[in-house]
Amino acid sequence: MASASACLEVRGDFPLLERCAAQPLVYLDSAATALKPKAVITAMSHYYERATANVHRGSYPLAEEATEMYEEARMRVAELCNAPYEGTVFTRGTTEAINLVRLSWGRARIGTGDRVVVTEMEHHSNLLPWRALCEDSGAALDIVPVDSQGRLDMQSLLRLLDSGRVKLVAVTHVSNVLGTINPVDSIVSACHEAGAACLIDGAQAVPHLPVDFTAISADFYVWSGHKALGSTGIGVLHADPSILEEMPPLMLGGEMVQGVWPDRVEYKPPPWRFEAGTPPIAEAIGLGAAAEYLLRLGLARVQAHDAVLTEYALARLERVGGITTFGPAIADDRTGVVSFRLDGVHPHDLADLLGRRGICVRAGHHCAQPLSDRIGGPTTRMSFGPYTTTSDIDLCIDGLIEARDHFRSLTAL
Amino acid sequence: MEDPLYKDLIIEHFRDPRNRGHLECPDRSAHVKSPTCGDELRVTMCLEEDRITEIRFDGEGCAISQASASIASDAYIGMTARAILELHEDWVTQLLGGPVSRSRRPCASLHLMAVKQALRH
Repeated sequence: MASASACLEVRGDFPLLERCAAQPLVYLDSAATALKPKAVITAMSHYYERATANVHRGSYPLAEEATEMYEEARMRVAELCNAPYEGTVFTRGTTEAINLVRLSWGRARIGTGDRVVVTEMEHHSNLLPWRALCEDSGAALDIVPVDSQGRLDMQSLLRLLDSGRVKLVAVTHVSNVLGTINPVDSIVSACHEAGAACLIDGAQAVPHLPVDFTAISADFYVWSGHKALGSTGIGVLHADPSILEEMPPLMLGGEMVQGVWPDRVEYKPPPWRFEAGTPPIAEAIGLGAAAEYLLRLGLARVQAHDAVLTEYALARLERVGGITTFGPAIADDRTGVVSFRLDGVHPHDLADLLGRRGICVRAGHHCAQPLSDRIGGPTTRMSFGPYTTTSDIDLCIDGLIEARDHFRSLTAL
Repeated sequence: MEDPLYKDLIIEHFRDPRNRGHLECPDRSAHVKSPTCGDELRVTMCLEEDRITEIRFDGEGCAISQASASIASDAYIGMTARAILELHEDWVTQLLGGPVSRSRRPCASLHLMAVKQALRH
């Protein structure tokens, strides 16, 4: 069993936790969006209060400073995932990063007779773009099923790859419903052996475990800033610069060109080619601060902290009775989220009743409807961040028992 | 635990829903799924000269979506299709007798979505 001493003690870094003195905030919805440390808020305020200027344009000192901060942020973000600086594109989020790959890379390379593979545990953002690409191109979409333990059916994936027609496999690193950590290293190797490219959706992985883009060697690795302690409106696409070099820009406009002549245009090299217009500068700077914060905490420590919370939550839920939990039974095989169902109380009613006690959990299909249908419908989900404590879980379980008893007493015949 | 939304009216209808089930030979029917939470409602109804004479709801979901359908079911009887198609969310809130949080409004209004869908087809 993981040791409770592995838990981080960083609550003082997160101002939102002091929101209301009368009722402590029990924030268990970090998979939807994480709380922000003071360091991120300060970095963004500093840009607005002391260093506002557009980037890559002006040559006056203020503009130089803003550009320096923006590119420094890219460096920190690349460092966080051990990705090349030139292979780190700022996007608006995971969704935009995936759609960028769909439209810039996918449209040119995928056609009739090809196959695209996704899995049953994908968030809609890593399902719908590929379904649309297949509809547009005449390619076929295959879905790798999830087994009863909440793991991917790897044999099914390997069989699909054996067909020799798979051009792309798009798979999540960590499931936002089950918490399953997928074996991305072996998935990428299998894809490359079969001549397929691989995109990994890291939205639920980056804030929870060490991610080494270079070691995973995926063609594309995408994630969101706001789930990784940064602000909304910023995300990341990591790719080998040589792959990005062959991709046409998606958005056209200012900033992304070397030169424009009456009859031709020369684009900047990646990553700047993919950042047309004024980028989300403050958001990028905030994400740089979030990356620095996570690097200082150490992702191995964050992962150990998550493992303690996951194991604790699973054990406490099991003792409540009438609870069904989902995902791998072994805490080390999962991270970040624990989804469950309570007999006799619909997840929405439960989340509403908990919310009235200052306990924030999510209920529903978690933007992964095919998976939700596969596991029998909506669930209630608690999800963790570096600031989450076992005491948050205790308060949630106490609230859950009280809500259940209250609900049952009201509805008893 | 004081919970304004889970007050007597909702609980009473959740426990003992009115007009629950389905009609064998309905003039109109619809099956809707909430885009936010996956709650489901099936509605069957009989009409006479554009007026609802009988209505039944059946489905699965939270207390709010199921009880709200029950509470509204008697109100639908006697209403014309035209009048129903002009109804808005605030009508649902009035029937429930109090404010409904933004996140639960789609649950509370699911029956109206189902009835409108049935009447449009």
